[in-house]
Amino acid sequence: MVKQDLEIYIHIPFCAKKCGYCDFLSFPQYDIAYVPALIREIKNANLEGGQIKEYRVKTIFIGGGTPSILKGEEITAILQQVYDTFEVAKEAEITIEVNPGTITKEKFTSYMKAGINRISMGLQSTNNHELKELGRIHTYEEFVSNYELARNVGFTNINIDLMSAIPMQTIKSWKETLERVVALSPEHISAYSLIIEEGTSFFDKWEKGLLSLPFEEEERQMYYDTKEILKQAGYNRYEISNYSKKGYECKHNIGYWKRVDYIGFGLGAASLIHDKRFTNEANLKCYLQTISNQITKTHQNVQILSQKDQMEEFMFLGLRLTEGVSMKEFQKLFHDEFETIYGIPSKRLTQQGLLETKEGRVCLTEKGLDLSNLVMSEFLL
Amino acid sequence: MSIDQSKIRNFCIIAHIDHGKSTLADRIIEMTGLLTSREMQAQVLDNMDLERERGITIKAQAVRVIYKAEDGEEYIFNLIDTPGHVDFNYEVSRSLAACDGAILVVDAAQGIEAQTLANVYLALDHNLDVFPVINKIDLPSADPERVIDEIEDIIGIEAQDAPLISAKTGLNCDQVLKSIVQKIPAPLGDKDAPLQALIFDSLYDSYKGVIVFCRIKEGRVSKGTTIQMMATKATAEVVEVGYFGAGQFIPTDELSAGMVGYITASLKNVKDTRVGDTITTKENPCKEPLPGYKKVNPMVYCGMYPADGAKYPDLRDALEKLQLNDAALQFEPETSIALGFGFRCGFLGLLHLEIIQERLEREYNLDIVTTAPGVIYKVYKTNDEMIELTNPSNLPEPTEINYMEEPIVRAEIMVTTEFIGQIMDLCQERRGVYHGMEYIEGTRALLRYDLPLNEIIYDFFDALKSRSKGYASFDYEMKGYEKSELVKLDILINKEEVDALSFIIHADTAYERGRKMCEKLKDEIPRQLFEIPIQAAIGSKVIARETVKAMRKDVLAKCYGGDISRKRKLLEKQKEGKKRMRQVGNVEIPQKAFMSVLKLDKD
Repeated sequence: MVKQDLEIYIHIPFCAKKCGYCDFLSFPQYDIAYVPALIREIKNANLEGGQIKEYRVKTIFIGGGTPSILKGEEITAILQQVYDTFEVAKEAEITIEVNPGTITKEKFTSYMKAGINRISMGLQSTNNHELKELGRIHTYEEFVSNYELARNVGFTNINIDLMSAIPMQTIKSWKETLERVVALSPEHISAYSLIIEEGTSFFDKWEKGLLSLPFEEEERQMYYDTKEILKQAGYNRYEISNYSKKGYECKHNIGYWKRVDYIGFGLGAASLIHDKRFTNEANLKCYLQTISNQITKTHQNVQILSQKDQMEEFMFLGLRLTEGVSMKEFQKLFHDEFETIYGIPSKRLTQQGLLETKEGRVCLTEKGLDLSNLVMSEFLL
Repeated sequence: MSIDQSKIRNFCIIAHIDHGKSTLADRIIEMTGLLTSREMQAQVLDNMDLERERGITIKAQAVRVIYKAEDGEEYIFNLIDTPGHVDFNYEVSRSLAACDGAILVVDAAQGIEAQTLANVYLALDHNLDVFPVINKIDLPSADPERVIDEIEDIIGIEAQDAPLISAKTGLNCDQVLKSIVQKIPAPLGDKDAPLQALIFDSLYDSYKGVIVFCRIKEGRVSKGTTIQMMATKATAEVVEVGYFGAGQFIPTDELSAGMVGYITASLKNVKDTRVGDTITTKENPCKEPLPGYKKVNPMVYCGMYPADGAKYPDLRDALEKLQLNDAALQFEPETSIALGFGFRCGFLGLLHLEIIQERLEREYNLDIVTTAPGVIYKVYKTNDEMIELTNPSNLPEPTEINYMEEPIVRAEIMVTTEFIGQIMDLCQERRGVYHGMEYIEGTRALLRYDLPLNEIIYDFFDALKSRSKGYASFDYEMKGYEKSELVKLDILINKEEVDALSFIIHADTAYERGRKMCEKLKDEIPRQLFEIPIQAAIGSKVIARETVKAMRKDVLAKCYGGDISRKRKLLEKQKEGKKRMRQVGNVEIPQKAFMSVLKLDKD
């Protein structure tokens, strides 16, 4: 039997300190009951009808919050449970996110031993004033020494997260950030623009007019500089906000856009199994209680995707990748011509210069990448 | 059953808005035992949700209660509640004509306001006996002495023995009931004379057909009588007569001279039963109709369009239904390049317009886009023709126009003296012509201005309130038409004229308004793939310009841990927003942009 690909996401919802822009599910207080609960959840993994046996795990991503806040042994124990429960491919991509302020040599070493082969470091900026403004707990210098540590321990696949359009940032300081990071030669760079999300402390400040953000023109310039500088340095933009050296694209993330099945463990984690999407309980207390009562029903909002939902997802997720979506694959999946379903909007968007068709694939143009939301919304049926 | 005329009292309550008219009406109903206080829903007479929410009376209402006096005699009180807004001035005057007296309610803290005066004069014009009641004496700021002096000085009616009441708590309200018997005269009229009855309102009921509210002045009417409306000439056989319970119709055998009640007959349309018309009998008609009838004509016009073009037939049905109950509402189909199929609707005033719009949205669940309200302009053409212009798009070419006239109102504004300056400035800005001022009690003044109607239909009332910190009150009546320097201001979006945004304006204020409209539209029109110029123009001359910059970037942030629900929501919202856009040329204009230009004067 050919096994299906599966991705695993593991959520660690704790941070040393919450950053001003962060609206992810994370708390500054560590709860010692969490890791045992998480391990128990993985042990009794519930795939909502999917069978563990039919899958082979191709990627694992430990994200947060700040996974590096945990002890090395805890990460090892979590991964051990994954290996015990699932068949994990030898070549699997296994990533952990680390905060330069909570990482140590010992942790890197134990990650390596536990099978982790990819490190994602949240740097955001190389300017210490900007880091402080964001509420980050580390300096640029700390980051550099930890980056070198990771290299010394033997990691050969490292991502660095960056953020533009942040408070106090200038076009010059952003260029400097990009250049310094490129000089370190990581395999992968994620570069997002700051978005002020409701419910963050930045949002409150922003509403009161207390946040000094770059002007729109500056922000746009930063965005273009990102593309240009990273391209010059040999990074390929394979997704709207992600750049990598050849062969170092993040497989896990690509899986999301290609709608590979994935199971999420931990607080609030999201899953896609067959035609079902579901998320875990998002209240920490409830989550811990549910797990300790050995009830495995931690899933909420189990949503069965209709053909229409799946077509829409296929488009708006797939278009995030610069290679776009394959019309042949569309037909294979949905037994309908791409042209029949999406002929009208794709023609209009093509005329507007936002979409193009190359070798049977539909993808965003350079301008379409800049206006991706506008384009994607046209593919909702 | 014969009713002794001398035991009937027909009256209304007149007051400035918020002075407690409806609360006093409720109290009278409650105290005469028609309803127990438990059954009372606050403000019985305001039936519509909209009336309760806004605290205004839109339709005239009536109720009959029995009052047992201390001497054991029983009196029939017919309380007629009148609409409380200048838009419905004519309805007010007809309601007053159905009464023999009026209770004047004045707020003990605020004293006389513009509407108080307007209503009192209207009542005195109808020879009603008016007696004052000072309300809200429970308020800490109440100053009944001052208010009594004001009433005597300004209106010139006896107020020393005015009951000092709180309609809210019921304090001293029994004195009001006694005063009604003592101070309001019993009706006169010969029961055996030919029928002469005044229509003061009518409504359409899907079971009973048209229900006519009337006051019998002479004669009698009962089931089977063939009646005729003297102005509309409509005839019908009476199906039922009766009087008004609280929120219900109570049939009776006969209505005779002096009584207030309702008639239902085989009538299908309220247009046949115009407010102010006289009902008589076909066989034995009265010699002449009651005085004062006139056909009310709309003063304010605007285009109304369904937000969803497919709802056009629904909008037509809804307007037809509303018109059954509202003879003053007029509409006819029109088309706009920008908004598609819709109706040009005529209203008595801006409040009337707002009420209709809200009723369409609430009762008929329709999303409505309205164009800027305008008045009726008289356009005198070079070929000696005169057209009455209600839709700016129909304005003839400038070369064909000799001159134009616009409607002018006589306005009275009452304001505390400290704000006189600000209010005069406002009237000046609105092209007002000053006609004098009177001081009242040294602290307040009554300002008289002639104002163009088109200057007050937008937001004059809001501006008045904000510039006087809420202390100014305002009332107006039509004066007539005057020659005026008017131009048509067009808005061009991406070089294309948007007909729904055109309007007629005085040449002197065109520049200012054009500029403000462009600014507002710039904020309301979302960025699109290309740069969009927004221009205001008179003829071919551009007088203001703004630009909506092209959209360059619209990218979502991190889509974390495979949770795509938020992304989907965002895209759905974006798509929904697009659906609510109107395509004009190749530009998408949100519906609310059309509405936003109606509210420009937020200083």
